[in-house]
Amino acid sequence: MNLTTALARLLIFPGLLFAVPAAWFILWIERKAVALMQGRIGPPFMQPFFDFIKLLGKGTPPRDGIGGMLMRAWPLIAVSSAAGAVALLPVLPSSGGFEGDLILLLALLELPSMCIIAAGFSSRSIFGEIGSAREAVLSVSYNVVFLLAIVSIAASQHTFRLEALAQLPASPLRWLGVLALLVCLPAKLHLNPFSLPNAEQEIYSGPMTEYAGPELAMWELSHGLEWVAATGLVATLAAPHVMFGWLAILIFVALSFGIVLLLSVVASATARLAIDTTVRFYWQVTLIFAVLAISSALFMRLRS
Amino acid sequence: MNLWNRLMCYSRRRSPWLFHMNGGSCNGCDIELIASLTPRYDAEQLGVRLEGSPRHADILCITGPITHNAVGAIKTVYDQVLGPKAVVAIGSCPATTNVFIDSRTLDGPLSRHIPVDVFVPGCPPRPDAIIQGIAKAAEILSERAARKLPTAPVVMPLVGPGCGGACACSNATEAKAEEVQP
Repeated sequence: MNLTTALARLLIFPGLLFAVPAAWFILWIERKAVALMQGRIGPPFMQPFFDFIKLLGKGTPPRDGIGGMLMRAWPLIAVSSAAGAVALLPVLPSSGGFEGDLILLLALLELPSMCIIAAGFSSRSIFGEIGSAREAVLSVSYNVVFLLAIVSIAASQHTFRLEALAQLPASPLRWLGVLALLVCLPAKLHLNPFSLPNAEQEIYSGPMTEYAGPELAMWELSHGLEWVAATGLVATLAAPHVMFGWLAILIFVALSFGIVLLLSVVASATARLAIDTTVRFYWQVTLIFAVLAISSALFMRLRS
Repeated sequence: MNLWNRLMCYSRRRSPWLFHMNGGSCNGCDIELIASLTPRYDAEQLGVRLEGSPRHADILCITGPITHNAVGAIKTVYDQVLGPKAVVAIGSCPATTNVFIDSRTLDGPLSRHIPVDVFVPGCPPRPDAIIQGIAKAAEILSERAARKLPTAPVVMPLVGPGCGGACACSNATEAKAEEVQP
C-alpha cells in the first residue's frame, strides 16, 4: 500500500469527508422514518447539521480535576475510533490503502460503547450511572452473538482479512452470520426495542445527561459515525463483489441506506423492552442461532 | 457578521431544543405542550426536540403559577441550562398566576424569579400558539447571539378562546368561548 491511497481512504472515501455527511444523513433518515411511521412530516433535511452547529456554539459547564478532563476526553476518543472504523471498511475493491483486519475493525467499533460506559460513570450523575450500567450489561449480552457471528463468517471463509472477505463469493453460512449481525445492530446503536441506555422516559439521557454543547455535538457525531460503520460492515459482508469502483460504491451506499431504513422502521414499530427481557433475548434466543452458525462453520472447515 | 456567525444564528433558529418544567401547573398546559409534538401539529418540522436533560436544552418551557416549592427547582434548572438560552412561559399562570392569584401557596409570577422572554397566554394555550411562541423564542435566541443585546419580553397574541375549560374559571367563560370559536 502507498501513503497517498491510505490517506485518501482515511480522509476522503470512506473516511471523514464521506462519513461525516453520511452520519448526518443517516441520523436524518432515522428521524424522518420514525416521523413518517407516526404520520408526521418530520424534521427538514439539514436538521442534524443544524443541531451539530448549534451545539458547537453553546457553552459547557465548568469542569475541573481529573474527572472533568476525562469527561472532555471520552467524546473525542469515541469520535476518532468511530471515524477509524469507517475508514477501515473495504468499499473500494482495489488493493492498497489501510490494511486492517476484522479484529481491528471490531475493536474500533467497540470503543465508542466503552467510552459511553466510562462517560456515564465519570459524570457522577445518578442517571448517567444507571445508563452506563445498562449499556455495560447490554454490551456483554449482544457482543457474544456479534463476535460469534463475525468469527463464524471468518472461519467459513478461512480469513480474517476484511478485503479478502469482501472479495470472496458469499457462502450460505455468511448469510446466517449477516442475519445474526443484523439482530445485534439495534442494541449496538441503542435503537428502540433495545434502547435501554438512553431510555428517555426513564433515565433522561442516560450517560449523556451531564454533557452539553460541543461535547454533546461530539457524542451525536460519534453516534452517527457508529451508524455508518456498523451498517457499512453489514453492507460490505452482504454486497456482491463487483470489479468497477463506482458500482461498488453505489451498491455499498444503497445497501447501507436500506439497512438504516429497515432498522428505523423496526425501531418506530416496537416499544422498549425491559433489561431482563433484553438480556434473555440475546442469551437464550439469539445465542442458539450464533452457536449454530459457528459450529457449522467449524464443521465445514474440518471437512474441507 | 462573518459567515460562521451567520450560520450559527441560522442554526440556532432552526434547532430549538426544549426542556419542559412544571411550576405547579394543573397539567392543562403540559398536555398542550406535548400535543404540539404529536402528528397533528408536529413541531419537529421546526427542529423542536423535547430533551430529558436541561443541559441539552436551549429553551426552558415553564408552566404553572410557580408554587413556593417550585421556586428553588426552577432557579436550579435555569442555571443548569447553558447559554445562550431563552425562557417561554406557557399559559396565563406563569404570567399572572391566573385564577390562583393571592393564594398563600404561590410565589408567582415567574418573572419575579427568572427573566422571561416569551409569554404565551391562554388557559391552556392552543398547541399552535405554543409552537408560535417557541419559534419566537428561537428567533430571540439567534438575535441575542448576534447582537448580545438584552431584549424585552414578548407577549404572543391570544390564539382562539382565552379559556379552554381546563381551570376553575371554565364555567364563567364557557359561553364567551363558544361565541369566539367560528
